[in-house]
Amino acid sequence: MEKLKYRIIVDNNTPKEPIMYNAIIAFLTGGLMGTLGQALIDIYSYYFNIPTSQASIFMIVTLIFLGCLMTCLGFFDKWVHVCKCGLIIPITGFAHATMSAALEYKREGIVTGIGANMFKLSGTVIVCGVVSAYVFGLLRYLIFGG
Amino acid sequence: MMYVTSFLFAGLVCMIGQIILDTTKLTPGHITSIFVVLGAFLDMFNIYDYIILKVGGGALVPITSFGHLLIHGAMESAGTYGIMGLVMGMFNLTASGICSAIIFSFLLTFIFEPQD
Repeated sequence: MEKLKYRIIVDNNTPKEPIMYNAIIAFLTGGLMGTLGQALIDIYSYYFNIPTSQASIFMIVTLIFLGCLMTCLGFFDKWVHVCKCGLIIPITGFAHATMSAALEYKREGIVTGIGANMFKLSGTVIVCGVVSAYVFGLLRYLIFGG
Repeated sequence: MMYVTSFLFAGLVCMIGQIILDTTKLTPGHITSIFVVLGAFLDMFNIYDYIILKVGGGALVPITSFGHLLIHGAMESAGTYGIMGLVMGMFNLTASGICSAIIFSFLLTFIFEPQD
C-alpha cells in the first residue's frame, strides 16, 4: 500500500515531456538530416563524377566526420538536448556516442582509456546489429536460399 | 522529388524513435539497437532495398541502414562462399562507417579537450 501511494505521488510530480512538440521537432530535424544525405549524394555524384553506390559511402563518411567534429566543438550536446531523436537516430548519433566516449576517457591513456572505452556507448549498435544480421541472414539463407 | 521522400522517410523514422523514447523508459541506446534490428529484419524480405530505391539517400541516413548493410554484405558473400560467407562478408559494406568513426574519433581526441 505504501509503495502504491509512493508511486502515485512520484507519477504526479515527475515533469511531463511535451510528446507532440518533441515528435514534431524530431520529425523536422531528422527530415533535414535525410535531405542533407540525399543532397550530399547528388553533390558527390554530380560534381566529382563518383558512381552512386560509392557516393553513398562518401556521404556516410562525411556525416560521421561532421558528427565527430561537432561533438568535439561542443555544439552537438546542445543540439541533442533540443532535437533528441532527430540527431540520435541518424548515423551522426553513432559518431557522437563513439566520439564522446573517446573524449571522456582520454585522460586515462591511449590503451586503457581510449582503446578500451571507445565503444562503451555505441558498441551495443554493432553487437545487436551483427547478432540480428547473422540470425536473419541464416534464416534467409536456409529458407529462401540466399 | 527524391528530396521530399528523403525528408519524409528520415523524419518519420526519427519521429517514431522520439515517441518511443518519450512514452517508455528506454534509453537512447535501446532505441538505436531496436532500429538496427528492425533494419536487419526488413532486409530479410528485401523490403529495405525497395525503400532505398524509392526514397533515395534519406533511407541511408537513419541507423536502420546499418542493419540493412550488415545483412546485405553477409548475403552477398553467402552467395559465393556458401554458409561460411555469412561471417566472412558481414562487415564488407559497413566497414567504411565503423573504420571512419574509429579513425576520426581517435585522431580528434588528440586535437580537442573534453568540454564540460
